[in-house]
Parts: sequence; structure tokens; C-alpha cells
Amino acid sequence: MSEAAIIQDIGSNYEYGFHDVEKSVFKSGRGLTREIVETISEMKGEPDWMRQFRLKALDIFLKKPMPTFGNTALLNAIDFDNIFYYVKPSDRAEKSWDDVPDDIKNTFNKIGIPEAEQKFLAGVSAQYDSEVVYHKMRSSLVDQGVIFLDMDTGVREHPDIVKKYISTVIPIADNKFSALNSAVWSGGSFIYVPEGVHVEIPLQAYFRINTENMGQFERTLIIADKGSRVHYIEGCTAPVYTTDSLHSAVVELIAMEGAHLRYTTIQNWSKNVYNLVTKRAVAYKNATVEWVDGNLGSKLTMKYPAIFLMGEGARGETLSVAFAGKDQHQDAGAKMVHCAPNTTSTVLSKSISKDGGRATYRGLVEVQKGCHGAKSNVRCDALLMDEESRTDTYPTMKIDEPGVSIEHEATVSKVGQEQLFYLMSRGLSEGEATTMIVNGFFEPFAKELPLEYAVELNRLIQLEMEGSVG
Amino acid sequence: MSQPLLEVRDLHASVEGKEILKGVSLTVNRGQIHALMGPNGSGKSTLSCVLMGHPTYEVTGGEVLYKGKDLLEMAADERARAGVFLAFQYPVAIPGVTMVNFLRSSLKALRGEDIKPAEFRKAFKEKLAELNIDESFATRYVNDGFSGGEKKRFEMLQMSLIKPELAIMDETDSGLDIDALRIVSDNVNKMRGPDMGVLLITHYVRILNHIEPDVVHVMVDGRIALTGGKELAHKLEAQGYDWLTKSKEEVAASV
Repeated sequence: MSEAAIIQDIGSNYEYGFHDVEKSVFKSGRGLTREIVETISEMKGEPDWMRQFRLKALDIFLKKPMPTFGNTALLNAIDFDNIFYYVKPSDRAEKSWDDVPDDIKNTFNKIGIPEAEQKFLAGVSAQYDSEVVYHKMRSSLVDQGVIFLDMDTGVREHPDIVKKYISTVIPIADNKFSALNSAVWSGGSFIYVPEGVHVEIPLQAYFRINTENMGQFERTLIIADKGSRVHYIEGCTAPVYTTDSLHSAVVELIAMEGAHLRYTTIQNWSKNVYNLVTKRAVAYKNATVEWVDGNLGSKLTMKYPAIFLMGEGARGETLSVAFAGKDQHQDAGAKMVHCAPNTTSTVLSKSISKDGGRATYRGLVEVQKGCHGAKSNVRCDALLMDEESRTDTYPTMKIDEPGVSIEHEATVSKVGQEQLFYLMSRGLSEGEATTMIVNGFFEPFAKELPLEYAVELNRLIQLEMEGSVG
Repeated sequence: MSQPLLEVRDLHASVEGKEILKGVSLTVNRGQIHALMGPNGSGKSTLSCVLMGHPTYEVTGGEVLYKGKDLLEMAADERARAGVFLAFQYPVAIPGVTMVNFLRSSLKALRGEDIKPAEFRKAFKEKLAELNIDESFATRYVNDGFSGGEKKRFEMLQMSLIKPELAIMDETDSGLDIDALRIVSDNVNKMRGPDMGVLLITHYVRILNHIEPDVVHVMVDGRIALTGGKELAHKLEAQGYDWLTKSKEEVAASV
């Protein structure tokens, strides 16, 4: 490729930017009304308690102010009246890809979901706009009593469990977007892993937005019962449009005594998607919760996965990477709240800002009174690729117990000219050298991913980096 | 006589507007080892950076021909692919990138094709043994947390895997203990041959007791003040550099 062609290519390397011709079976009008909320509930055939839940949430959403932190200029530019809140692409979630409508099936083929399912996943859920269009789990897990369903089916088939736990981790009124999600949620995953059951290979959900100006509001609830283990992975992409879409999920995790729950996200939305997500976990005695959170795409991401360490010996870990390129702001972080003695938390956040992109780490470590023996270690590394880009760190600490061990370390580095020169003096082109440095920077994150995802992450970074170096 | 490997003609270079090289000229032929000596701050390392194509240094005059071609026109990676190698005085760390990944990527870029895993493993193991480097290096990150001596030995390992035509060694001897110095010197002597030219930059004569140079240059204040045979090195060892900071005429008179 000539230099001019390469420069032209900047920012146009997003390979999931295609879209299908819209063929939804139902599409709400633009904007949010009580009528739309009631229609969603009715079309889903929900029990009255869920309908009431939604309507209560709508009232809260309408009253709640917008967040006053983060990128308020971008937040306030969201036009809630221009969004389609519910777009139903097909009649039901299928158990065989053959039954999924062709366009949609082809889209997921291009993204590689059926192939990944065969190779290394225990179960797959594929959501397209508002609804899950494909859903399947290996029968061996069904036999062990594992429940992995789309959330709508969860409400229908396991109302007792859903009713007991939903919004217990994230109250409807937590923030404006959790209220919005509670009012218009559709899709997402419902998972229950029975006591002592180890799900050894990951379950994956894949989220795809197709419709322009779409609002996708999936709702996920995962309950890992005593001594169980599960790893859930989510991936997301969307077409490139000139106008914005909104993705606003609520994810609640519950890890009972001794459970081990890992939640991995590879977020690769196109650069016209607002990604405003509330994710929170509770970890009871000796339980472990891990958020592995990769943010590569979106226009604005605001997401601070939280872990409430509720029982003695509970452990929380957040490992996050953010890539902020041209016209992107990744405002991400982690919250660790120590509510019991001898709890530990670790946060490793790594961000890269490039071509004027902006990365923000926003974090909280709280140790409540009486939590003796609590330990927390937070490390934020930011890498700046050029002078136009920006990185900020906003760590907050509330420590109400004396004698606990709290460490916080933050570094900012620039892709050194010396590093580039060293690698180029060994024959690597500038693009190859930059990619190598960036991949190295992300290595602590990549090595926590299943191999296939680590390879994918490296490939995505290569696309982002190499196309844009002149 | 065949074409010189490297011809530097009246080279001037600046960094941040300050002139460091003030007219350097020297010629290295294939098969020769040239020692470039001189006091600290005389411009030796600047010359090595300029020859490799470091973007911070601005060439303000003169020319450099490598195998008859304009070297200054080429980017650092092109120079590397043309056969130029710089053993760095202070190699930088690349965290998260393993030595093996780095070496294989480098060899692939230099050769234009993938090196076969078996071939690579064999060559890599041999060099580790020759340079007395522990095998655990393979999975360590490039120069990350290495001691000064480890970094220098790793530079030598790269040089012997890459087999350059023109090797510029920038104070490879500094920071090496006597055993490491012998290992590094043995390695250079082993590579020495009719095809490779070496520009060996050093502050001390010590390494020249192990690697016998064909030509010795002395650089003072951005110029080659003096060129001679290996006996010049011994004179420097005995007398230091002070006498060279006198005027050119005095220097010429004192030889």
C-alpha cells in the first residue's frame, strides 16, 4: 500500500462495519413512551410483576438527572427521542443455526460465532438488536442442572429465581442508565450454576446491533451457587453509521460462598455507539469474582465494573484494557468495595490513547469499618501514542478501617521513540514496531484470555495500529 | 580495490540545533575492524545513531555511502534490511514482548521470510550456549529487568544471529566484567571474516586487547582527530586523551 493510501485508511479499519437490510418483525417508533414500555412487556408475554418493574423504572429514568461526571458534553448530546427502543428481528431464539434467518445467520458467520461455538464454547447466545436469535448449550451442562438462557426465557421459565435476584445487585435507581435499562430491557443472559458444578469451558454471548439509531438494552443475571465455577464471555460489534446508537446494559453477578465467577468482555462496537453500561458483582465468603474487560470500540464508553466483597475471604479482581483512537473516549475503571474482613482486591488497568483519543481511569476502593485484614492493589498504566491524545486517572479511596493494606500505582508512558528506533534497527517497519510495542503493553491482559481470544485481540490491535502508521 | 563498505564524508549532524558532528570522514572496508575511540562527549555515539538512522539527529552536511548507495536516504528499518546493525550502548526494554517473539520477528523482517521453527531453535540454542546466556531468557521480555551485562550479551546474540555486513558496536564493552568481555570478544572474533566490516566504538583500550583492530580512529569534538594502526590505541592507553584536545597542529607535531 502506498503511504497516501495508508494514511487514507486511518480509522477505516473496522471490519465489522457492514449491516444487513433491516427485516425486523417488529420495530417500535422512535422515542420512549409509557406505551412502548407496555408494548415490550406485552409482546414478551411477561407476568405483571415485570410489567410493574418496567413502569416503575421508566418513572425513575424520566426523573433522574444525567450523570455529572465523565464526558458530559457527549452524554448530553444523546437524543433519547431519536432512538428505537425495541427492534425484534425474528420470532424466537432458535436452537439450530439453520433456523436462524439467512441474513442474520450470515452476519454471525462473518463474525465467526458458529465456528467458535463448535471449537471451544460450552454454550452460545447470539443477540441481534433487541432479541436473542440463537441459543444453545451443550447437553452435558443441561444434565448437570446448569441454566443458560436468554433473560426473557429466564423470566418465563424461572420466575422465582429471577424475581428473587434481579436488581438486588444494581437497584433500578442506581443511575439514569440502569433505570432506562430496567424499563426497556430485552435479551441478555440468565445463568444459574448449581452448587459444586464446574463449567470448565466458557459460555459466550454475542451482541450485535444492526439497526441504525438502535438502543440495545440487554439484561444479564448470573448466579454461581456455592463452590461452583463459571466463565462467561461477551463480545459486541455493530455497523458503522453516521448517526449514533446506544448500548446500555445492566449486568448483575452473584458469587455464593466459595464460587468462582469470571466475566470477560471484548467490546468492539463501531465508533458511533454509546456504550453506557452498569456492571456489578457481589462475592460472598471465600468467593472470587473476576472482571476481564477489554474496550476497543465505541464512541463513548462509561463502565466501571464493581465488586462488593460481602463475605470474609472474598476476592475481587478487575483486569481492564482500553484502546482510545480517533473520536473515542474510553471512560472505564473499577470499583472495589470491601464489606468484610480479610477480603482482597486487585485492579490492573491498561489504556492506550492514539490519534487524539482519550482514555480515563475512574476507580474506587472502599474499605468499610471493621474490615480488618483487607488488602487492595490498584495499578493503572497508560500509554500515549502521540501528543494529541489524552489520558486521565481519577482514583477515589475511602478507607474507614485502620491498618489495612492499600496500594495504588499509576504510570503514564509514551511510545518511546527509542523503542521504535530499537525495533526498526532490527528490520521491523514502523507499523510492525508499533504493533509489537502495543501488543507487549497489552500482554498482561491477553494472557488472561482464552487463546482464541488472545489471538483475536492481537489481530484487532494489528488492524488498529498498522493501517494508521504512515 | 573493491568498493568500500562504508564511506563517511565530511558528515555534520546536530541534535536540537546543537552541532555534535563537525565533519567526520572515515572509510571502512569489508573484512576490517575499525576502532573508534575518544573521550566522553566527543560524538562517538552520535555517529553510531546517525549511521543507523535515529530520527532525533539531523544531518546538516556531508554524505554517507553504504555499498556505494546513499545511506542517509534510508529509514532505520531499510538500513537494517540492507545489512547494517547497531549494537546499542543502552538497549531499551520492550515490556510484554518475549525475546523469542522479538528475534523471530526481526529475522523474518530482515530475511523477508519466516524462519523455520526448528532452524531457529537450533541457532538460538547454540548462541545462548556460546554467550553463556541462560535458556530462561527465551521467555523473558526484551531487555526488561536485564542487568547491564545481560543487555550487552543479548545485543551480541542478536548480532551473531543476524550476521550483518556492517556492525556498529557502541561501547559494547562498558559494563562488562572481564569474563563477559572475553565471551563477547570471542564472539566477535568468530564472526570476523572477509565479508563483514566492524566499527567498534569504545572509550577504553581494554576490549582492543581481545579484538585486534585493523584501524584506530580517535574522535575529538565531533571530528576524527587522528587515524592510525593498533599502536595508536596503546599510546592512548598510556597517555589518555588530554594531549588530543590540543590544537591539530600540536597533535600532528606530537605523533
